[in-house]
Amino acid sequence: MVESAQDLIWLVIGLPLAGAILLHFAGRRIGDPRAGYLATAALGAAFVLAAVASVPFFTGDGQSRLVPLGEWLPVLGVRFEINWDPLAALMTLVVTGVGTLIHLYAIGYMHGDERFPRFFCYLNLFAASMLTLVLAANFVMLFAGWELVGLCSYLLISFWFTKPSAAAAGKKAFVVNRIGDLGFMVALMLVFFSFHTFDFASVFEQAGSLLNEGTATAIGLLMLVGAAGKSAQIPLYVWLPDAMEGPTPVSALIHAATMVTAGVYLVARSGAIFQLSPWAMGVVAVIGAATALWAATIALAQTDIKRVLAYSTISQLGYMFLAVGAAGYTAGIFHLMTHAFFKALLFLGAGSVIHGMTGEQDMRRMGGLRKHMPVTFLTMAIGTLAIAGMPPLAGFWSKDEILAVVFERGGLFVALWAVGLVTAFLTAFYMTRQFVLVFLGRPRWEETGHHPHESPRVMTVPLMVLAALAIFGGLVIRLGLESFLEPSFELVDQAHAPSDPLVLLLLAGLSVGAGLLGIGTAAFVYRKAPSEWEGFERGFGPAWGWWRDGYRVDDIYGAVVVAPGLKAAEAAAFKVDLPVIDGAVNSVGGAAREFGFSFRNLQTGFVRNYGAYFVAGLGALLIWLAVRGG
Amino acid sequence: MPLLTALVVIPVVAAVIVLLLPRRRPELPLPIGVGLSVLPLALAGYLFAAFQGGTAEFQFVTRAAWYAPWGISWYLGVDGISLPMVVLTALLVPLALAASGMILRRTREFVAAILLLEAGLIGAFLALDLFMFFVFFEAILIPMYFIIGLWGGERRIYAAVKFFLYTAFGSALLLAGIIAMAVIHSRETGALSFAFEDLAALDLGHTTELWLFAAFALAFAIKVPLFPLHTWLPDAHVEAPTGGSVLLAGVLLKLGTYGLIRFNLGLFPQASVDAVPVLTVLAVIGIVYGAVVAIVQPDLKKLVAYSSVSHLGFIVLGTFALTSAGLQGGVIQNVNHGITTGALFLLVGMIYDRRHTKQIADFGGLAKVMPVYAGFFLFTAFASMGLPALNGFVGEFLVLVGSYPAVPVGAIVGAVGVVLAAIYLLWAYERVFTGEPTLPENKALIDLRPREVAVLAPLAVLMLLLGLYPRILLDKIEPSTEAVLDHIETVTGYVAPEPSRPEHLLAEVSG
Repeated sequence: MVESAQDLIWLVIGLPLAGAILLHFAGRRIGDPRAGYLATAALGAAFVLAAVASVPFFTGDGQSRLVPLGEWLPVLGVRFEINWDPLAALMTLVVTGVGTLIHLYAIGYMHGDERFPRFFCYLNLFAASMLTLVLAANFVMLFAGWELVGLCSYLLISFWFTKPSAAAAGKKAFVVNRIGDLGFMVALMLVFFSFHTFDFASVFEQAGSLLNEGTATAIGLLMLVGAAGKSAQIPLYVWLPDAMEGPTPVSALIHAATMVTAGVYLVARSGAIFQLSPWAMGVVAVIGAATALWAATIALAQTDIKRVLAYSTISQLGYMFLAVGAAGYTAGIFHLMTHAFFKALLFLGAGSVIHGMTGEQDMRRMGGLRKHMPVTFLTMAIGTLAIAGMPPLAGFWSKDEILAVVFERGGLFVALWAVGLVTAFLTAFYMTRQFVLVFLGRPRWEETGHHPHESPRVMTVPLMVLAALAIFGGLVIRLGLESFLEPSFELVDQAHAPSDPLVLLLLAGLSVGAGLLGIGTAAFVYRKAPSEWEGFERGFGPAWGWWRDGYRVDDIYGAVVVAPGLKAAEAAAFKVDLPVIDGAVNSVGGAAREFGFSFRNLQTGFVRNYGAYFVAGLGALLIWLAVRGG
Repeated sequence: MPLLTALVVIPVVAAVIVLLLPRRRPELPLPIGVGLSVLPLALAGYLFAAFQGGTAEFQFVTRAAWYAPWGISWYLGVDGISLPMVVLTALLVPLALAASGMILRRTREFVAAILLLEAGLIGAFLALDLFMFFVFFEAILIPMYFIIGLWGGERRIYAAVKFFLYTAFGSALLLAGIIAMAVIHSRETGALSFAFEDLAALDLGHTTELWLFAAFALAFAIKVPLFPLHTWLPDAHVEAPTGGSVLLAGVLLKLGTYGLIRFNLGLFPQASVDAVPVLTVLAVIGIVYGAVVAIVQPDLKKLVAYSSVSHLGFIVLGTFALTSAGLQGGVIQNVNHGITTGALFLLVGMIYDRRHTKQIADFGGLAKVMPVYAGFFLFTAFASMGLPALNGFVGEFLVLVGSYPAVPVGAIVGAVGVVLAAIYLLWAYERVFTGEPTLPENKALIDLRPREVAVLAPLAVLMLLLGLYPRILLDKIEPSTEAVLDHIETVTGYVAPEPSRPEHLLAEVSG
């Protein structure tokens, strides 16, 4: 059974793809909510299949398998081929498992939308694309999945396209990602030039012998550019906050749990290349730590419930980059998984709140929702504690693991560890601030305008499952992950946490302490009346404004990149192309043009004759030739 | 009648039939023209199926003396480089005709002109006698001139004359070059010949070869069009009726890239090697420049026209990288661009038929009133910007990966074109299709009719098919492109160079 499940592993992509195709052509007839159940079932079946096919990896006697599906670009030796190894299996389980829960949730969330079937068509297409990305056995197929998830992200962010801000956000996401992909594409050119193949197996096996440090650095940094786009790292993170224009299940699935982790996956998968270049790895770690801190400060001052989570996601992805940059690949993948659980939970919880508050997203107009939405309240509480790193919840284990690995690297990495520790404090602070503002205290909304209510079961059940994962997932995974992933990381030297239990305990104590401090401070401040916490925020002076405005990075990019770029394009089109290049042509052809106008007079009235003569002549000639030629 | 001869003759016969239709029945020419143009398509389909992969030999060769004293012969043959172009031409003509329902004046002449254009195009792709090639190459100008000049927009005469003179100028050089080669042949062997393989076997001497290369290259570069010779193209497109634009962008431009591959690489191997820096630099400038200029075009059709300048730059880059992947990418990109840009012009035409404007600013919110139309547009846009799994990716990726070893900086800068394509296409899409429809005339638009869907659907299917299974073409293309490269290597000893070590290269780029 396991064998045949592995033979059929292409169905993991095929099932959601078939769902998408079916919903594209027959979605309207299938209707709301059946289209949603169909899409959910397709992905759920993929999860079951993947789980069965993963069994050997759990029992420890699993062999990685390559399942070829067909030739694609023969001249480059590129095939459609699935690489079924522990890392791919793990990613597949996260994507299909969390994905199924979010699909289910979306049946309730999107109920009544006039394009309900279309939404699930895109969701299934996204799942198929993401699975193509993680199951690829070569860089080109990975890149194909990489671009296709970008397409789905575009389609889903701008799902409500009649809203101009949603349409603009979708475009921004795709374009910023493409800028990153420019780096990725150049990396691919270098990979093929260096290895004459794109296959993971031969590239990674030969990396040590065929790449010198300079080339490895170049490939690594260029891949990082791509990864920074997809995973929203400095300086390409700016699309992710805007991506919150998409329906909330999209934010949970694509912009928290799965797609945005693709960059982390890429670096971990390509560890055999990265480890040849301490420089490239160092840059990955520094970018990660910097992004973690930077985005956490911005999250402090957000008032939109989803934007807090968006910046939080950027910050948490920074942790993952820090981990893989420090050669803690397992730790990075670990946090990728736990983050998928608790961030999906938090987003879905936020969606439940928005749903209950009929569209309200401003936390300043919430408060006291605990009584009205007990399930959402409880599950969000779990999610908040998990991301704040409170033991024994999932986030504690993975974040602790990352910080321990980074610390153990010593030297400059200790500084990055410190950044991570500060970020842990900030994370706990802004998440508690959000939690308190939304659920506790007095209502800051009018009873007449809103009738907050708990969401339907189809939405709360996924919340409860994810909450369970956020509680127990960390510890369970912690116990088996290292040996599970071992075969996938055979070729890389992994960094490990300190072996001295005392050091470990101390590090854990510090990060828990930072978390507790954050929770405590925020709870203390935001439990008070609005006037008081508003005073607290004003106390930070202009800094708070900078955080609230995201350091005005969008304005800066607009002024430094977009506006000059547009000006340059206009200059090229209207000051160079028309007057200079075309002008030169026209002046050369000035006399000819005169001729042309006289030609027009000649034509008028005679065109038919002229045409007839021409046709007759050419036709006769050709027929004569054909007869003779035959 | 030999198959290839039939492919050239049938459209001419069809044109004559259409012209003989009674003038009082203006509704007849278009459906009859579409029906007749299916014949060459069926023949081309048969040709494609019967074409033997795995060989670089010309197939279905037919040859007969035309004017023996000058050594001119009716000499047709097909290989992996011309086959895709012939099929593409035969495919786009029925679609271009079917999308020309708005041509109400002189319909007979319009349909006949399109069919004659088809004959000329197919003849040019199949000709193995350079004199014949020239005749077809020239003959194409005449129907195209009338298509733009008679059924075009407001500035149609300006555009038509500009198109005609610009390309005729290139043709003059081409003719001079062809005659010069025939004369050299007669000096060497005592007899004039215009046959491709005879001229390819000539030992020209380096200087002569360079001059001849330049004459051919200039003629073809105008046709491509290669930067900075491109300004006739936006004018011609903006003024041309939809059917004309489809064939102009879809096939006519490919005469340039086809000519560069067949004749410049085939006849002048050493000069081709020498010209790599010049042509790849111009190609890369074209890629970026065309895309940048496309971003700010207020006219949808002009935007697509400039995007063609960018996309054709990829073909020239891949061609003159002189690597297997680059050249294959160039040839298949010929087809891909024909399909996607053909579809884009069809789409622009469909909205122009409804609103009589192509200005982006006149639209907005169309996705709400025309969801099917919006879907086709977006699908085609993503194919055009090289989304993997669709056709554009295959060509551009092969070109970029293939040209990196030969011209690394060119490949890297060329890749910027892929980013810019996302900007100009998605920004245009945003302005035309998203938001609420505000203008009253946009609120009442009717979505695509079944006939329009029938025109677009085959192209959409091909975008997906060629994106996922490009081998359907690549397997037939490969032997021929390999033969071209082998020939160059045999004659010149040239193999695409290894670049300097990448880290130095990156240091140069960043420094």
